[in-house]
Amino acid sequence: MSATTAPAPSERPVSEQLRHVAVVSKKFAVVLTAMTGVLLAICLLAAREGDTNFRFSSPGDLITIPAVTVPGMTVAWIAVVLMAGLAVLSWVLWRAGRRTPWYIAAVFGVLFLAGFLAWAGAGSASDFPVVRLISSSVLLAVPIVFGALGGAIGERAGVVNIAIEGQLLASAFVAAVVGTMTGSPWAGLVAALLAGALVGLVLGAFTITYRVNQVIVGVVLNVLVLGLTSFVYSQVLVPQADLYNSTTLFPKVAVPLLAHIPIVGPALFDQSVIVYLMYVTVPTVWFAMYRTRWGLRLRAVGEHPLAADTVGIKVERVRYRALMVAGAIVGMGGAYYTLVSVSSFGKNMTAGAGFIALAAVIFGKWDPIKATLAALLFGFASALEGGMSVVGSPVPSQFMLMLPYVVTLLAVAGLVGRSRAPAASGVAYVKE
Amino acid sequence: MSTTPDPQRETGDAVGPTTDGALAPTAPATPAAAGGPTDRRWSNAVREIVGGSWAVSAGAVILALIAGSIMIVATDETVRGTAAYFFTRPTDMLSAAWEAIRDAYVALFRGAVWDYKADTFAEGIRPITVSLNYATPLIGAGLGLAVGFRAGLFNIGGQGQIIFAAIGAGWIGFAVDMPWPLHMLVAIVAGIAAGALWAGIAGVLKAFTGAHEVITTIMLNNIAYYLLFFMLATPGLLQAPGSANPKTPAMAESAEMPRLLGEAFPLHAGFLLALGAVAVTWWLLERSRLGFAFRAVGENPDAARVAGIDVSRVTIYVMLVSGGLIGVAGVSQVLGHSTTGFSVDVDAGIGFDAITVALLGRSSPIGVLGAGVLFGAFKAGGAQMQAAEAIPIEIVTVIQSLIVLFIAAPPLVRAIFRLPAPGSASKASRRSNKEVAA
Repeated sequence: MSATTAPAPSERPVSEQLRHVAVVSKKFAVVLTAMTGVLLAICLLAAREGDTNFRFSSPGDLITIPAVTVPGMTVAWIAVVLMAGLAVLSWVLWRAGRRTPWYIAAVFGVLFLAGFLAWAGAGSASDFPVVRLISSSVLLAVPIVFGALGGAIGERAGVVNIAIEGQLLASAFVAAVVGTMTGSPWAGLVAALLAGALVGLVLGAFTITYRVNQVIVGVVLNVLVLGLTSFVYSQVLVPQADLYNSTTLFPKVAVPLLAHIPIVGPALFDQSVIVYLMYVTVPTVWFAMYRTRWGLRLRAVGEHPLAADTVGIKVERVRYRALMVAGAIVGMGGAYYTLVSVSSFGKNMTAGAGFIALAAVIFGKWDPIKATLAALLFGFASALEGGMSVVGSPVPSQFMLMLPYVVTLLAVAGLVGRSRAPAASGVAYVKE
Repeated sequence: MSTTPDPQRETGDAVGPTTDGALAPTAPATPAAAGGPTDRRWSNAVREIVGGSWAVSAGAVILALIAGSIMIVATDETVRGTAAYFFTRPTDMLSAAWEAIRDAYVALFRGAVWDYKADTFAEGIRPITVSLNYATPLIGAGLGLAVGFRAGLFNIGGQGQIIFAAIGAGWIGFAVDMPWPLHMLVAIVAGIAAGALWAGIAGVLKAFTGAHEVITTIMLNNIAYYLLFFMLATPGLLQAPGSANPKTPAMAESAEMPRLLGEAFPLHAGFLLALGAVAVTWWLLERSRLGFAFRAVGENPDAARVAGIDVSRVTIYVMLVSGGLIGVAGVSQVLGHSTTGFSVDVDAGIGFDAITVALLGRSSPIGVLGAGVLFGAFKAGGAQMQAAEAIPIEIVTVIQSLIVLFIAAPPLVRAIFRLPAPGSASKASRRSNKEVAA
């Protein structure tokens, strides 16, 4: 269906046939065409008058960049034409049996965005706050990034972690309670790490020791954590909120020099400690996974546990440790909710971020860096809604709120291309 | 999936008459040759759900209730007060704990089954009809999940499918004018079709791009939620005329499902619809050719493909059927449970509860019926517990999830209750696990 070169029936042995089949999916071209069509339809059906202002700095900045004003519809039409060109290019490449390179997708995405924002902001009296868009993208992405890192580690070790949502919620809850009782956000953060690791341990006990299906345990753990936290919340946290549920937030700390970089500086380097932890954790996980003995064993256990066992790696122990480390990392994301975002826990406050993280793991092809980028993309799609409401966009807010999910759907269905899960992911290992 | 060259494509229509008789004995016995890890994972899941003994289920329920008791005791004000002087007068705390647990479970029973304190017989049996009323959508949605599990698909999209079924049935229910039985039937069919179509999107994506249904159905849930939100906030779509609230108008009386036992009892004809769905699902899975294809794909997609089943097409059919059954839940919500119009929370968590219902019912239609009634009773009793004893209803969620968790881990329950391990069954599962690992 989606393959250009169907294997011709021939006399050769099957294995050789398979080896020589080059498959290029046309999904990519289809998605690019569809997105071009969407912007074209918007421009045709709802043309707008006036100019669009993009603001690149806040009033207090050291270096101020003047706001840029562009004619809205003209920019949108230019974007449509360029996007159509790229879509055609993608079809040509597909006909030639070559894959569309990733940077074409990146350029295409930027074009789509520029065109869409120019259209949406046309004629608005307010400026489009670019700095705020960047900073809220990062902030909205923080829990998803941590969740995706944890999910990637778990799957690389051969355990599918659907319980990311539960880990986020449990650690947000524990961070709130411990943070309030001790009065220190640092204690809350440590407790959140432990809570995430504890959920990871339970997941491990059921999937590794009792070999229950990993997806079932993950789903049930989510429900269990939701029920437990909501129960204790209603029963204890609400009546005695000042004792158990009003945390001191981590203060914002500006990094000297870096915080003064135009546009990205205030957005990225005037944040709380958990955001900086994220900047450190992402490369650390990458390094640990690909450049250390621990990472090699982790990946071996996830790809071929029998081979790993044969050379003396303790498969179950490696998996347990991986799940607990992953749980602690997800715990940092959970702590973000109650120690950075707001100063109290709320029922089901993670609201599905863990599932987005799960999608980011798959979208990012089980790689920490790519999964982080995917998480940032979702954060950006969510942040767009806030930016759009500033300029008074004509798109109903519900559709903007829907956007992250539509982007995920398109990403998973269309743009992921060939993705391969770790071979033993989801399979319990039984020692002979 | 999409990158694998598919020899089946050339032969076209899959579940042809030729495969009908010949397939039956061979397909399930075909050894797993080249199944991907994902596929094996799902067939193992089905085996785990379907296998196992009822003693384990009973043990799991008991364990979960014990855990619930601990939660009640730990958060009870009186118990915490008396715990302060536990070592001087331990009986105070113990009796307070006993009373807290007893009162809670008595309230659960009175809310779910039989209110022995009621003045009249009719009021006494009312709780059980409330339970069955709550059970109705759980049965429907649980069946949808069960069909998916049997075919190796995990449809988490219950929320979105219920929303779409509600939109379909609700719009027919208030915007169209028809006489009674016809109007109701058309609304039911429209709702089921809308649920099936929304699930079908995930099926098509899975079949043609290999996108994992767990991800796509979750995304479709949120998309459906905001679509409904938009429709409810836009005059002329679903919003009640002359109102600013995001709520639909009330259903026309000709579209309502009649109350089965008179106006005093909430039980409505949706329950019969759910029972019918149980029968149809049983027939579909156990006696029909399509259901056989479903199960064959669930057991081993590669073997099914080799045996001549078009796996992509079956995937789409499974999602359609699953979404249609979940649509029964959405329909009964808007035409039976509450006919005064619906808002964004029409799903009421049923889509996710249905997962636990299907797991507890071991994905068999009869099992789902039992599990649905049990969880409906928990829901009705939980509400009574909250009203009478001020115990948050979330405790029911905890108990339900613990039941499923314990049932999924039979060795754990057997170890706790010292139940005998069924030798042959566990050996077989061990052997299959070995194959997987090798």
